[in-house]
Amino acid sequence: MGAMTLEELRALRASKRKELSQRDAGEGVTQIIVGMGTCGIAAGAKETFHAIVDELAKQEISNVVVKQTGCMGLCSSEPSVEVLKAGMPGIVYGKVDDAIGRKIVQKHILKDQLVGEYIFDKPAADIMK
Amino acid sequence: MKYKQYVLVCSGTACESSKSKDLIDALYHEVLAADLGADIQIVKTGCFGFCEKGPIVKVLPEETFYVQVKPDDAAEIVQEHLVKGRPVTRLLYDPQQSKAHAKLEDIDFYQKQVRIVLRNCGVIDPDSIDEYIARDGYVALEKVLFEMTPEGVIDELRKSGLRGRGGAGFPTWRKWEFTRQVASDEKYVMCNADEGDPGAYMDRSTLEGDPHSILEAMMIAGYTCGSCKGIIYIRAEYPLAIERLNRAISQAKEYGLMGEKILGTDFCFDIEIRLGAGAFVCGEETALIASTEGGRGMPIPRPPFPAVKGLWDKPTVINNVETYASIPVILMKGGDWYAKIGTETSKGTKVFALTGKIKNSGLIEVPMGTTLRDIIFGIGGGIKDGKKFKAVQTGGPSGGLIPEQYLDTPIDYENLGKLGSIVGSGGMIVMDEDDCVVDVTKFYLDFSVDESCGKCAPCRIGGKTLLTLLDRVSKGTGTDADIASMKQLSTAMQRASLCGLGQTTPNPVLSIIRHFEDELNAHIKDRHCPAGKCSALVRYEIDEEACIGCTVCARKCPVNCIAGERKQPHVIDQERCVKCGACLEACKFNAVIKS
Repeated sequence: MGAMTLEELRALRASKRKELSQRDAGEGVTQIIVGMGTCGIAAGAKETFHAIVDELAKQEISNVVVKQTGCMGLCSSEPSVEVLKAGMPGIVYGKVDDAIGRKIVQKHILKDQLVGEYIFDKPAADIMK
Repeated sequence: MKYKQYVLVCSGTACESSKSKDLIDALYHEVLAADLGADIQIVKTGCFGFCEKGPIVKVLPEETFYVQVKPDDAAEIVQEHLVKGRPVTRLLYDPQQSKAHAKLEDIDFYQKQVRIVLRNCGVIDPDSIDEYIARDGYVALEKVLFEMTPEGVIDELRKSGLRGRGGAGFPTWRKWEFTRQVASDEKYVMCNADEGDPGAYMDRSTLEGDPHSILEAMMIAGYTCGSCKGIIYIRAEYPLAIERLNRAISQAKEYGLMGEKILGTDFCFDIEIRLGAGAFVCGEETALIASTEGGRGMPIPRPPFPAVKGLWDKPTVINNVETYASIPVILMKGGDWYAKIGTETSKGTKVFALTGKIKNSGLIEVPMGTTLRDIIFGIGGGIKDGKKFKAVQTGGPSGGLIPEQYLDTPIDYENLGKLGSIVGSGGMIVMDEDDCVVDVTKFYLDFSVDESCGKCAPCRIGGKTLLTLLDRVSKGTGTDADIASMKQLSTAMQRASLCGLGQTTPNPVLSIIRHFEDELNAHIKDRHCPAGKCSALVRYEIDEEACIGCTVCARKCPVNCIAGERKQPHVIDQERCVKCGACLEACKFNAVIKS
């Protein structure tokens, strides 16, 4: 996209906002979001990210988007991973290594089951809503 | 199989101790008895950071939050809530006994964190300008360019009460106003991202998680102060933040949100990145300017302030990363909205990097006025391994140690100043009974002495002398006269040093003289380190009676200074011992004695 006018910016925002609200409402494409700040990466988030992508391929799942984000602040529980899947509550997992990443795909994504002992809480309510 | 509900049971260490295992068993049993096994999944979770109210049970998707749940309560939760859909009111969290909170967002505890600066961190993909835009990104810029005058922006910032988050707490609107008022054909907007306090990483995480918020705020500063050039001075040690900033800048340019004729207006703005050369003093604004110009990073006396004569002698507004990240929200929601958060003199929120001997270390953002106790024992979950709290260090090498009796102090610029510490950039290091205040202070002092640029004598010579005196104390050779000298030196440094670095270097020393007199005296009068950290005052010996000659300690000793035949008592060579304590940890027969 080239240089935008005010109207174009507003139109883009409206359409992107809609995508985001669909995501939060648990509609649309399933997303796995990996915390990839320096803290997350130092704790092994890159390995986690690759393990999740690899496991999705192995299980032949194609309708899941794996994305990165910044630090959520749960430093003692890094790497952290948030899973947003239609019809399920949004879940934040902490201390997700290669094995737990794969388990999230096998249980949460494939069977709608939460992976116990690795669930953490979002740190605060979202002021942007 | 698809579950209808999920019952999450917190099983962090604190909750484990309050019988969360029995609770999980009871819930399983009740769910099976009610024939709900196929509809409900019971899950153990990590720590929710709400340990004093544990065990905690959360039911999803409705997000009902139960506290202090006992195994006996399982039947009621299952029968009432899961079967009949009626939450068990008596188990809901209710601090004032006034109204029952059913949902997580309503709980005061969770509102102890309010994320303004970190609003997008951990939410959006920092490499996607679209996601930033979707979450009201560039709305503030839009509003400023099309609806507000520069005076209007400054007025909104004045109403918000925002003060500089780099440490000194100077009102942001004044800085902007001063820069705006100076007539000049060229002005600069700078972002100070030279975060260097040990244990502080708020700015790094903000830049890595939400780079566009900084760019947007700098452009707003440009419009307000009459500048079309921004420079971000960032530590070279932050490669990921630099990478993401560079990507964000090129995305903004591609969208026409940066560069010439932004959004079709006459406003132009460009941002470039300068990498720091690794000196702590470059976080001081005049040193930062010198370093940006290619000179040696050394401070110069103020006035003139950068607002009048800054980069290349032109008027320059310099703000810290966290200050900038707050600004788009303030302009979107209004200064009055922001001013409702915080205390009388310190408005808004502050990000802290909570580290040290704390259970849930992490990056937190709380309203100003939150107490240290709420942060450490509420959000942080208390001290690790059941140890006793000793002190919390705020403000890094420029701050001080705060002891237990002041834990209920609401944090703001003035209150922490009164306690001999500072808010600073936001490092918060928690110490337990095993930490020695003299040892910790020596670490900070050593850091400041290392980082002194050497330009002015009070900092260069004063810091070094102070360290020598403190070192004597830690070795058990200090005297009362040394304490008096330290006080005198500290006052001189505070008064006569050229910049903030030298002026605040004595703060950690003064804070232990003030708050930890007993521990300091133990080092001087009894030649004893109560925490056993000052190695010169510690001695490890092996009890001949208790030692069975298993050789474990000798094998663990890193300097091989423990001698003895198998099945014969061992001996530590005191001359060579480095007092690491490995033998004490290794011995299973309590034969190693620390004195």
